[in-house]
Amino acid sequence: MSRTATPQRKALFTLIGWTIGLVLFFPILWTILTSFKTEVEAVTTPPTFFFFDWTFENYLAVQERSNYFLHAMNSVIISVGSTALGLLIAVPAAWAMAFSPTKRTKDILMWMLSTKMLPPVGVLVPIYLIARDWGVLDTRIALVVVLMMINLPIIVWMLYTYFKEIPGDILEAARMDGASLRQEIVSVLAPMAVPGIASTLLLNIILAWNEAFWTLNLTAAKAAPLTAFIASYSSPEGLFWAKLSAASTMAIAPILVMGWFSQKQLVRGLTFGAVK
Amino acid sequence: MATLHTKAAARAMMSPAVILLLIWMAVPLAMTLYFSFLRYNLLMPGMEEYTGFLNYEFFLTDPAFPIALANTLMLVGGVLLITVVGGVFLAILLDQPFWGQGIVRLLAIAPFFVMPTVSALVWKNMLMHPVNGLFAWIARSFGAEPVDWLSSMPLFSIIIIVAWAWLPFATLIILTALQSLDSDQKEAAEMDGAGPVSIFLHITLPHLARALTVVILIETIFLLSVFAEILVTTSGGPGNASTNIAYLIYTQALLQFDVGTASAGGVVAVILANIVAIFLIRMIGKNLET
Repeated sequence: MSRTATPQRKALFTLIGWTIGLVLFFPILWTILTSFKTEVEAVTTPPTFFFFDWTFENYLAVQERSNYFLHAMNSVIISVGSTALGLLIAVPAAWAMAFSPTKRTKDILMWMLSTKMLPPVGVLVPIYLIARDWGVLDTRIALVVVLMMINLPIIVWMLYTYFKEIPGDILEAARMDGASLRQEIVSVLAPMAVPGIASTLLLNIILAWNEAFWTLNLTAAKAAPLTAFIASYSSPEGLFWAKLSAASTMAIAPILVMGWFSQKQLVRGLTFGAVK
Repeated sequence: MATLHTKAAARAMMSPAVILLLIWMAVPLAMTLYFSFLRYNLLMPGMEEYTGFLNYEFFLTDPAFPIALANTLMLVGGVLLITVVGGVFLAILLDQPFWGQGIVRLLAIAPFFVMPTVSALVWKNMLMHPVNGLFAWIARSFGAEPVDWLSSMPLFSIIIIVAWAWLPFATLIILTALQSLDSDQKEAAEMDGAGPVSIFLHITLPHLARALTVVILIETIFLLSVFAEILVTTSGGPGNASTNIAYLIYTQALLQFDVGTASAGGVVAVILANIVAIFLIRMIGKNLET
């Protein structure tokens, strides 16, 4: 394989690359296109690709018929809430592990990782019953807590790998230059820690937004986020593909954009810092 | 570190996370274990009694269990095969210089951000539907008989849907690893007359070992618990053809209200996951230490 790219070679790879990229993206593209069709047009064969009467009626219909904004709001509250709560607990923990590690720090981190291997069905029954007995089934608060707990190991790990890269020496230097403790934190530590915290925040919002085991099992109508709301379209009565597509497009668009912006951090977060 | 130079401070900062996780793990697990020895059905409250290993007997001798176990393994294995092999090829492709590389990369990783219920429904209805789906139209344009994907090959269809979502994940990680490969080594090998195949086998692949292990580990954790895709496409059917362990336990707990048997199933699932985890951590331990 020669690394010097001849124009022919580059053209060939352009062709292959775009073909595969478009094939992989096609289901999403198709969903977006279908969301602008009428219900009749959505199921016609042969299917229409770009030349149809573009309409926004599905987007309006989804809101009118099913209170889309309630579910979108639930998704926002649950994903942002669980992430914020998780960060609140994980930042001090990761900080301590990164800057004053003890002999057991590695073990604690491995143990945290191992809690992710516990299959959710193993604890489905007790969590469901506890939620029922406490009267928090189908409430946002239950999901905020549950999703915070399932993502906590990832948050701690990710923050830990970021904090580890902050050189401890720089604090010494700041102190030698006569920085106060407050200055030390505000002008030296915070600027270095914020990017890591921000990437962790982003990745965890994405994970919580798309979580579909607990959200499906612990919610019904009131607290259902978009994952559960979209699942209600699986009922066989009637084919509402255009509306399903409109609801789906709205449900995935914000997170897709966030995901595109956080590609790099995603790799690091999901591999627990093992691949950077 | 002077800002928290006592060990006590460090411990205080760590304890909320550790204690919460400990509670989150221990309490429900203990309850699952306890319920698994009870005859306990939500439809018959107040009738709970100790039954020994009866629930385990029910769960393990249920004809659905071996099917679900096999389905779980096929699902994990099938998706891993597609995403790892596909991911290596896709990552190598995306690593080549071509026009619009950045955009293609964005297109290729997009499926990972689609929530499972959306991807499952989009595939089920708009692509795999036997009458109005796009695949049916493609089949008919070639004069072939359309396939009813989710009824005639439910497990395979679910493998495709799940693999579509996870292929970007594998690709992204392998690509990241690929870009850290030193090109000098490759050039030296080329000078020595090594062909592309032997460069791939002797330089690229060993370099990717760590990334591949991580991909396999993380995907396995998530794939053992695939649930939403099954719920909204086939509901585990037809029969039990696409039921995995997670879905089987769900039906027992929340559809048949049989807490006892579902809990026994939960314990079995935890044990299975642990076997896989031990195996994986041992395998990965070798790769991650360096």
